[in-house]
Amino acid sequence: MGLTLQSTGASILKEMFAVQTDSQADLIVALAGNPNTGKSTVFNSLTGLKQHTGNWPGKTVTNAQGKYTYDGDKYILIDLPGTYSLLANSVEEQIARDFICFGQPHVTVVVADATCLERNLNLVLQIMEITDKVILCVNLMDEARKKGIHVNLNKLSTLLGIPVVGTAARTGEGLLELKETIKSVAKGQIQTRPRHIEYDRLLQEAVEQIEPRVHALLGDKINSRWVALRLLDSDQALFEVMDHFFNFVLSADEALAENLAKAQLFLKKNHIDLNELRDRIVASLIKTAEKISKQVVIVENKNYNYFDRTLDGILTSRFFGIPIMIALLGVVFWLTIKGANYPSALLATIFFHVERYLTFFLHWLGAPALVHEILIHGVYRTLAWVVSVMLPPMAIFFPLFTLLEDLGYLPRVAFNLDHYFKKACAHGKQALTMCMGFGCNAAGVIACRIIDSPRERLLAILTNNFVPCNGRFPTLIALAGIFLVGSAGIFSSLAATIAVLSTIILGILLTFLTSRLLSSTILKGLPSSFTLELPPYRKPQIGKIIIRSIFDRTLFVLGRAVAIAAPAGLIIWVMANFSVQGQSLLAHCAQFLHPFAQLMGLDGYILMAFILGLPANEIVIPILIMGYMAESSMLELDSLLELKQLFLDHGWTWVTAVCMMLFTLNHWPCGTTLWTIRKETQSFKWTLLSFIIPTVTGIIICFLVAQGARILGLV
Amino acid sequence: MNRKLIPLNQVPTGFYGKVKKLIAEGQARRRLLDLGLINDTVVEVLRKSPAGDPTAYQIRGAVIALRAEEAAKLFVEIIHD
Repeated sequence: MGLTLQSTGASILKEMFAVQTDSQADLIVALAGNPNTGKSTVFNSLTGLKQHTGNWPGKTVTNAQGKYTYDGDKYILIDLPGTYSLLANSVEEQIARDFICFGQPHVTVVVADATCLERNLNLVLQIMEITDKVILCVNLMDEARKKGIHVNLNKLSTLLGIPVVGTAARTGEGLLELKETIKSVAKGQIQTRPRHIEYDRLLQEAVEQIEPRVHALLGDKINSRWVALRLLDSDQALFEVMDHFFNFVLSADEALAENLAKAQLFLKKNHIDLNELRDRIVASLIKTAEKISKQVVIVENKNYNYFDRTLDGILTSRFFGIPIMIALLGVVFWLTIKGANYPSALLATIFFHVERYLTFFLHWLGAPALVHEILIHGVYRTLAWVVSVMLPPMAIFFPLFTLLEDLGYLPRVAFNLDHYFKKACAHGKQALTMCMGFGCNAAGVIACRIIDSPRERLLAILTNNFVPCNGRFPTLIALAGIFLVGSAGIFSSLAATIAVLSTIILGILLTFLTSRLLSSTILKGLPSSFTLELPPYRKPQIGKIIIRSIFDRTLFVLGRAVAIAAPAGLIIWVMANFSVQGQSLLAHCAQFLHPFAQLMGLDGYILMAFILGLPANEIVIPILIMGYMAESSMLELDSLLELKQLFLDHGWTWVTAVCMMLFTLNHWPCGTTLWTIRKETQSFKWTLLSFIIPTVTGIIICFLVAQGARILGLV
Repeated sequence: MNRKLIPLNQVPTGFYGKVKKLIAEGQARRRLLDLGLINDTVVEVLRKSPAGDPTAYQIRGAVIALRAEEAAKLFVEIIHD
């Protein structure tokens, strides 16, 4: 029996959760918990993995897994999606529940927020109904102490009948004890005796009519009392999964069906319909949580959340909430633009010097001129551009953005903007996925999983591209910097900031507009229910933010850009330098696109740069430069001023710059994003649409701006 | 004593209400229950968002924003203290 059970568990792990075990001896630990309890931080501290964490609910949208070794044993840690409950049947709740039920983890650790224990206990109690091997990890003990909230962990452990460990995962406090406890429970050195929820008499009686038969059928594979309750609750989804994993159709058992019918009749006689039944189940859980919490939590200072309330009063204030939001975004951009100038120039100078040495080196090697051309002017210069233009803004933008995220500001943004999303018949959490899009649209698309309603999720996916990602920021910033900055000084960077900010705001407005349009046409429907938690503000950890955002995000995004830029540089160099009928391939293509591009205020080279930039938006400007340079005499690009001259030589005006900025905001998503959308929606149609919508929008807007400027005689 | 029940979305900011009735159905009902909004739960109306909707409530120690449509399904008794 033991063996079969194990093998079922293992195959389920592989099939459904793609858990990779090295050997049968590996101990599997599931990590569950409410969103935003620092679950990911616990996960990271235990495994040393750098999973991105942020102070907003719903961060873990996929199952992350990591390993650690403790006392000679290997543990595999599965980070389940954060959920408040296992009853409400959202996708995340199902994943979490199915794993705990059928994945047969050796231990399930539930992470709870010490500052908000009562709310977290609901999930703890529900998990205790499914499995005996539960450990409660009361995290954020440091925050609780600061707020004057005391949790009596020993008493909590006695009341619940499971081990309780207090931790402050960010500082590492209590993690050793947690590992030790996990070991003891996994190896059966600690016997847990989870307290059972006391349901009211009628429910208990109904359960008792079914439970023995369930136990006879399923044995100890799964808690039979819990299954009996779910049967009464007619939880169809669960039984489908159960049939699948146990290879056994529970509903086909006649004796059970008979018992169930009897129990249901019994409930009906006592005026308990399905709604009433569910209410009673939930009420029992909540009341138990309340009772326990009252016994173990002491709040010293009743005004412990005074600071949060005051800050919320400002950041979500009726008059200042939205202006503050825009101003904060503005400050982030201004610091990015202003701060990136100097290191960008420095990097460009360094790269230019290195280029000279590389040239010498190649000459010394006796490399043919063609090889030199391809390597230096093709690959190296593209790389140099991508790094020197992208690295500094990213290294400033990401930490600043992570700071806001860590603080807990993003849910407030969602709170401020929800009304507008509702008007667009979209989901308020779309604000969160938009914020993710600032980093990377592909990440934004994946983050859309936090939206339950399929219709609203699609809206969020289709419009995510209206938020310029990190690959497009440098283009926007460079163009704003070059063409809108007349003189040096503080006003110039202010003007550039305003330009970038207006572009972003336009993108947000387009998101609302497009969502609204889609909602009244192909994605008809009303906004679904919406609940958003506004978690307590947390003091950001500056040091960790810098390390995390530089290593996890900046270098990752840069690495991707470089990996694409190098081969792209090569191909484009070839296109720019190989001639057919006296003209380069690039020029042929550009000429072909030119008439159309001109209508949009662009030129053939710009449009072609966008098309060739499909793999990654980062390389649009390098392609453009190479295209232009292949035509004109050689030019050393070591400053933005020379870049401006190069553009001016090719007939650019401020309208060209504006149109290019607009088209940067609105055109097809990059290859990675499209691929992600295909994967997330499982549909070619929606992927195609996500390509068409921003592209058509971009063409229309650029056309209007270009022709408008021409008619008004502005150019 | 039979006090007047009013929908939660009509409770002014700064007031407390005690949940007495929940008229939501299906998924929405479960979600609200899961937040701990069972009978006799005390809810504090914290503030409205800049556009007047959604509204933030203090529910069992957590701050939760609900849209007016959802809050309208909860009937509460205002607590005067």
